[in-house]
Amino acid sequence: METIRILVVDDEAGMRMGAERALRNFHVHLNEFAEDVGFEIRLAATGEEALEAIAAQAPDILLLDHKLPGISGLDILETLHGRQDEILTVMITAYASLETAVTATRRGAYDFLAKPFTPEELTGVVRKATRHLLLQRQARRLAEEKRRVRFEFISVLAHELKSPLNAVDGYLRIVRDRGAGNDQAVYDRMIARSLVRLDGMRKMILDLLDLTRIESGTRKREISEVDLSALAAEALETSAPGAAEGNIALHLHAPGRVVFPGDRDELAIVLNNLVSNAVKYNRQGGQVDVTLAADPAAVTLTVADTGIGMTSEESAHLFGEFSRIKNAKTRDILGSGLGLSIVKKLVTLYNGTVTVDSTPDVGTTFTVALPRSAG
Amino acid sequence: MSDKKKILVVDDDPDFIEQVWAVLASEGYEVFTAGGEDEAREMLLTVSPDLAILDLMMEHKDSGFVLAHYVKKLYPDTPVMLITSVGSVTGMSFAPQSADAQSWVKTERVMDKPIRAEQLKEEVRKLLDAAKAVIRNQ
Repeated sequence: METIRILVVDDEAGMRMGAERALRNFHVHLNEFAEDVGFEIRLAATGEEALEAIAAQAPDILLLDHKLPGISGLDILETLHGRQDEILTVMITAYASLETAVTATRRGAYDFLAKPFTPEELTGVVRKATRHLLLQRQARRLAEEKRRVRFEFISVLAHELKSPLNAVDGYLRIVRDRGAGNDQAVYDRMIARSLVRLDGMRKMILDLLDLTRIESGTRKREISEVDLSALAAEALETSAPGAAEGNIALHLHAPGRVVFPGDRDELAIVLNNLVSNAVKYNRQGGQVDVTLAADPAAVTLTVADTGIGMTSEESAHLFGEFSRIKNAKTRDILGSGLGLSIVKKLVTLYNGTVTVDSTPDVGTTFTVALPRSAG
Repeated sequence: MSDKKKILVVDDDPDFIEQVWAVLASEGYEVFTAGGEDEAREMLLTVSPDLAILDLMMEHKDSGFVLAHYVKKLYPDTPVMLITSVGSVTGMSFAPQSADAQSWVKTERVMDKPIRAEQLKEEVRKLLDAAKAVIRNQ
């Protein structure tokens, strides 16, 4: 249970005791939060006492009588104004004058409670303030988390874009200075490798554009009846040159047309990314099997390869951004590390799921399930 | 050609390995390469290099330092060159400055990426000559 600290400031002893009684065993359950909220009550009889109590430990909610013998409630508000910790102040006013209300609001009061009030009125105000407080905290946490993720993304992105630049830069300098002797074949290989790294960089930039378009939602989605069989055949066609290089057989198993309502480009990206991965991470002479199955509830797409596979630890972070498995087997395979995170994001747009099943040195199967009744 | 000097190059960046390999092989060195700490440890059991060139940060942030210690443990006379891209990223120098740091970081030379071919050849030559002098004096 979460605990909210309340400081009650009033010069009337009966009022303080009444408030404490009403709040001591009071719990708030809010639909937005799993945990119930309880309250810890402290009391202060004067403004001076209140300031002391606040200095010792800032409350979350301050129930503040407007009219106090020494320092007034409004003075306290003024003192608290501009503090870093957010204290929600509820002003308790005996004769609610408009002028007081305006001044108090200007000085940061959150709500008002007019004297005399019933215990229910008190708990009602506290409940409202608690909800406001928790929502505010949650919003701040989310914003902070978002900023952190964004910062991380940008620093990883910078690193990922620098890596091919450094490689090409290094090769070009050696070629320019004839730094590797007189064997022309060595230089030819350097140039070929530079072009491969530039290709990889281009692919990463394109993936990145895909990703930003999906994330920002600026790309216009055009939902139509898409034949996934035809789309899968196209994806295999696209990967055919790479497959031919590795002598990899491509197979499509589909029960004729498999029609699914979706955005053609999005579904094509999903298929292309999975098929090109299956080719890239395959072995010489391996095969790729794309299987489509349709039932009234969902369309299931599996892409199975006979490649290097991965351990469960390796596949755990597979769908994250810039997640690339680095080991001796993948060292010479280039990738942006964005493909699968794009697949995951797109599939999620259709309320679908993507799962992976893999055995090292045997192969990997990706399964995408797209429910027909997209919510 | 058994008098060819053996150089071990360890980096998880295959392009950097290719570049160092090409430059040093053209100078007549026998170049062994490894893509990571484990592969390098295995290789060091069968190959005793005359020089080790190690990337500072590979799969683990301290792989270069750890490997440098390992090389020195097996082959105390083998000079170690640490290559780092940390300098160009952070603007900090990772070369050990104080005598204390030098005794702790087991390296003869720290170089920043990107490296130039001529500079690399020159530094390799210097380290191998210095190592030869030490052995002669023993």
